[in-house]
Amino acid sequence: MSTIKCEIVSAEEAIYSGQAKLVVASGVAGELGIAPRHAPLITQLKPGQVRVLFEDGTEEDFYVSGGILEVQPHLVSVLADTAVRADDIDEAAAIQAKEEAENLLKNNDKKQDLAMVQADLAKAIAQIQAITRLKKNLKR
Amino acid sequence: MAVGSEIVTKIKSIKSTRKVTTALEMVSASKIKKAQDQMHASRPYTHKIRQIIGHLAKARPEYKHPFMLDQDVDRVGYIIISTDRGLCGGLNSGLFKQAVIHMREWESKGSAIDVVTIGNKAAGTFKKTNVNLKANISSLGDQPELTKLIGVVKVMLDAYANGELSHLYLVYNDFINTMSQKPVIDQLLPLPPSEETVISENWDYLYEPDAKEVLDQLLGRYIESLVYQGVLENLASEHAARMVAMKSASDNASDMIKDLQLIYNKARQAAITQEISEIVGGAAAV
Repeated sequence: MSTIKCEIVSAEEAIYSGQAKLVVASGVAGELGIAPRHAPLITQLKPGQVRVLFEDGTEEDFYVSGGILEVQPHLVSVLADTAVRADDIDEAAAIQAKEEAENLLKNNDKKQDLAMVQADLAKAIAQIQAITRLKKNLKR
Repeated sequence: MAVGSEIVTKIKSIKSTRKVTTALEMVSASKIKKAQDQMHASRPYTHKIRQIIGHLAKARPEYKHPFMLDQDVDRVGYIIISTDRGLCGGLNSGLFKQAVIHMREWESKGSAIDVVTIGNKAAGTFKKTNVNLKANISSLGDQPELTKLIGVVKVMLDAYANGELSHLYLVYNDFINTMSQKPVIDQLLPLPPSEETVISENWDYLYEPDAKEVLDQLLGRYIESLVYQGVLENLASEHAARMVAMKSASDNASDMIKDLQLIYNKARQAAITQEISEIVGGAAAV
């Protein structure tokens, strides 16, 4: 019997890769069973299980917190999200990041313009280079 | 008798400094490997997404996502990735210098500048400038998680989607190898046209729910994964730079100890010689 290659990856790691008889996942439009030679398909995934059924009758389950499923006739790829994603959660994260910046900016009223910073950085780099050079010369 | 006791104290203190630098060097050396592994592990994802975006762009040529369009506003965004901690040589200053040069170019064209920072060092530097620091995240640790980056990336993506930014850049240190890291400024948005030429084939995907929504989600994830990659590259660079910096610090400490030891020995010898000559002189006088 033919098999289909299944790859599950997330942005942080490759989770699974191997041959499968059938891959079952929950798409936004409903449960999907992907057998070999399935038509090319892309769907968003709901948080849930991705079940990989092997030829010998055993199976392995992976939990994904959403993502994208891509199907080509001999390849199923699951691009798993690393965490449950919802608009409000994302929004909260964005607000938190903004707040952190606001906290940083508090009690910091003196602003330099970019030219000054550039000069400061150039000085710092020159110092580092000078020290390296000095050290080389001393060794000689 | 305490001959050159100041020198002995000095030698002792330099020795303990050397202990610290050697320890830091070894810690970084062991962490590089892990950071590199993580860097490689996240590549298949980015590659796959890029492939699918290529397909989708071909399938729905009439739908243009805002991320693909040039926008005519005079405001530019930067996502700047830096380290959380110092003691890594000129890694951060070199990166910021490049970023500032880039920013000044935009400034001279009359654009305002928005910045979000990842890492303490960038936040510390750019909060002192007259650029607009919009968001910050630090303390990502040695195993950065993508989840923590969602917020800062979203701030910029939203701004771009709302037509507030004309360009978005990612600034980080590219890890080339242990000895060299290169500051890089990548353009994230508008998406540069893909270099891979998609061969036109006679098939298309079935889309659920539809191509537009899938594309929307994918583009967001794609940018996030690029930023995440940048964070990992920068982390590997940090460890490499720290290792090299600490190695040279340890070497310097060893040199100093050698010199001081020599001075100490000479001083001791001089003291003994003097003592003997005093005794001899005293005996002769009797």
